[in-house]
Amino acid sequence: MWLYTFKRLLQGVVTVWFIATATFIAMHNVPGDPLLNDRAMTPEIRANVEAKYGLDQPLATQYFIYLRNLAQGDFGISFTQENRQVNDIIREHFPVSAILGVLAVVFAAAGGVLWGALTAIYRNRLPDYIIMFFVILGISVPSFVVAALSQVSLVNLNSLFGTTVLPVAGWGTIFHMLVPAMVLGLGTMAYLTRLMRSSMLEIISSDFIRTAKSKGVPPARIFTKHQLRNAILPVVTVLGPAIAAITTGGFVVEIVFAVPGLGRFFVEAVQQLDYTVIMGTTVFYGAFLVFMVIVVDVLYGFIDPRMSMK
Amino acid sequence: MTKPILIANDKGFAQSAVKQLGLYAVCTIMGLAVLMYLLSLAAGNTGGGSGISGINVDDNSITITLGQEPPQLDSGRATDAASSSVLAHAMEGLITYDQNNQLVPGVAERWEIREDGATFWIRDDAFWNDSRPVTAHDFVFAWERVVDPITASEYAFILYPIKNAEKINQGELPKETLGVHALSDQILEVEFEQPTPYFDKLVAFFTYYPIREDFFGSTNGRYGADADMLLYNGPYMVTEWVHGSSMLWEKNPYYWSEEKGFLDKIIVSYITTDVNTKINLFKDGQIADTSLVAPMLPQAMEQRWQIDRVMDGTVFFLEFNHREERITSNLNFRKAMSLAQDPNELVYKVLKEAAYLPAQSLFPVWVQGVSEQFRKEYPPREHKIDVLKAREYLELARQELGLDEFPPIVFLTGDTPISLLASEYYQQLYLENLGLEIRIDAQIFKQRLAKMTSGEFDVVMAGWAPDYFDALTFGDLFASWNLNNRGRYSNEEMDKMIRIAQSELDPLIRMDAMGAIQSIIEEDVVLIPMYERGVSFVVDPRLKGLIRRIVGADVDYNYAYIDVSED
Repeated sequence: MWLYTFKRLLQGVVTVWFIATATFIAMHNVPGDPLLNDRAMTPEIRANVEAKYGLDQPLATQYFIYLRNLAQGDFGISFTQENRQVNDIIREHFPVSAILGVLAVVFAAAGGVLWGALTAIYRNRLPDYIIMFFVILGISVPSFVVAALSQVSLVNLNSLFGTTVLPVAGWGTIFHMLVPAMVLGLGTMAYLTRLMRSSMLEIISSDFIRTAKSKGVPPARIFTKHQLRNAILPVVTVLGPAIAAITTGGFVVEIVFAVPGLGRFFVEAVQQLDYTVIMGTTVFYGAFLVFMVIVVDVLYGFIDPRMSMK
Repeated sequence: MTKPILIANDKGFAQSAVKQLGLYAVCTIMGLAVLMYLLSLAAGNTGGGSGISGINVDDNSITITLGQEPPQLDSGRATDAASSSVLAHAMEGLITYDQNNQLVPGVAERWEIREDGATFWIRDDAFWNDSRPVTAHDFVFAWERVVDPITASEYAFILYPIKNAEKINQGELPKETLGVHALSDQILEVEFEQPTPYFDKLVAFFTYYPIREDFFGSTNGRYGADADMLLYNGPYMVTEWVHGSSMLWEKNPYYWSEEKGFLDKIIVSYITTDVNTKINLFKDGQIADTSLVAPMLPQAMEQRWQIDRVMDGTVFFLEFNHREERITSNLNFRKAMSLAQDPNELVYKVLKEAAYLPAQSLFPVWVQGVSEQFRKEYPPREHKIDVLKAREYLELARQELGLDEFPPIVFLTGDTPISLLASEYYQQLYLENLGLEIRIDAQIFKQRLAKMTSGEFDVVMAGWAPDYFDALTFGDLFASWNLNNRGRYSNEEMDKMIRIAQSELDPLIRMDAMGAIQSIIEEDVVLIPMYERGVSFVVDPRLKGLIRRIVGADVDYNYAYIDVSED
């Protein structure tokens, strides 16, 4: 088991290095550079700025300097926010994305399991149809539509009560995170519901359930121990990547609800060609994703004893 | 024979399972509540904190939004609108603008501009927020720092009228040789490189703001990076700054003027680019004002809001690539393209933004001439769409260029909804009227700039926002030496006129030169004017004195106050 974990971690480091290199090459091949601005710089001023950021060095040198700094965990200074370290940007804004993300994942997982189980129990009956209708909706409607619509509903809700029931946008309290988290988790919840439903159905019609029933095991025990526990396995598998995807993919929700998360910096950096922030956020997100996958793989061994035999 | 039992249809089992599930659901919700509580405690450390409401009468405070996080508040290096907006509330230069965009004394109580230089007398009641006086030395330090190559200030060029500034910036002279001296704490003496009659308008720009040397030294290179890394001399001071999230501006008790800074607090609670979010916040009474875009106008009218409009100062135009190898370097071709279009149609039928004006010239409608509007003193040539004549010019161009058929015209544009809409309109228009094929090249900001700079276009949809309140901020755009002249237009007569406009002290001769610049642009079809941008906006009726500006801070809350007397 330890050897397995170590091997996976080593693979992860190589993957992250690959991500860093690919991003570096892609980024420098995009026309334009971070120093271009509305007002053209004189060659002298430009040279001064280039020297400041080390952009006057050959690309290969820049790459090695970059890798060296990366190994020391230093992503450099942002081009657009000249007084801020990329490390500071990540440290200040990732917790926001993470909090929102964790809540969204919990929503998604709890909702997905509950709705999935419910639809399986009521297969091909009215509750199943109603829930599955919303599931299809949740999967197919993009988050920017859901985000905008739910915000308009909040405005209407507040004007109906004549006071702020739930804040329309912003960040800081429990009420601010409720709606954004639900919107952010909606897609994943819908996906997990479907996953849970099919895996539950498979379990329900399997032999050991019939055996358990015929043995006279109490229905509550069958449901919890035999059905839910087995059916939940595939959900746990996709949960790791889902956490990473939700935590890193909240850009739209963050913009709409004015949440100061990292997703906004990630996208704006690409638009602004802010080299250091692009590299910083990409490598950070990449590493995060890789790490979550490894965590799930390792955890899987605990949940499903058959895994660790291999 | 055993019949298979369908468990899913087993009613008793289903009921028990649902009961069980319900139990789990209740547990989950309770768990969620605890989790959310814990998370909100954690979130408390990541900032945020929203205002109570848009207008808070008890607190004498308002809540507003910023479209973007200010990259930094270092006046010497700032370049963008968000920083400029915050700085205009927190700092003050020698001269500033009043409610009617007229120059009024700021830190300087009076000044004198001569042919060879200028003198500013600094008021003795101007203080920093640590109670020490603002002196002439603070300006000398700030300006020397801007032109110092080590600072790498992108706006250093705006100080080039000062003696030796350009040479210092190029590293040829030490920064101490800059033509600016503090004769005493109160008197600031400036030497010019060449006569600069509009210098009073320049010093209102944020790059000219003062910085105190001892404080700057104490920030260890982090000047302007955080709320406590800046010294304030404006009506408000930034007391809290949670990056990307919120700011708090509080009234600066040491500010000298009685006419600014009536609010105790301005809470910048939301930083978001999303206009829909802002209008929702405004509807909910969470913010004091917001800008509107065209699709929102019906909704705003339905709410019976008082909608105001104002020009934001920026002019948009189709800029031709005048490099020799391009088709657009042919004058008849440009004439054809100009005659085949009509900016009125673009603005009123295509863009339909209520606050936009069809542009008639490079010089926008608000520019001042000698004694009144520049446009009245030097009216631009009237433009009429004439497709037949346009086709004649196009035929002439075809012969001159020796072409059988025109290749597709590369039309470089931005990726915003407005630019895409406009470029698709032109694509259709030129195909119909002239049979020209337009190939739209839509690029994001930096890529568009890269292509503009390297000349990879025939026509580019460009805009120009003013830096200072003088016609020259537009007038020198097509000087052959101007780096922002990205189509590389070059004309000796134009250069001559620009030199006069830059250094002539007699306002009449100077504006005549400006008029000549306008005529050359028309004669030579250097560009096709598109529109002057404006904004529609709404303000909470209880907030008075809010100013939208063409140059400087937009939105300007310096003169704003809460008035609940009238309904």
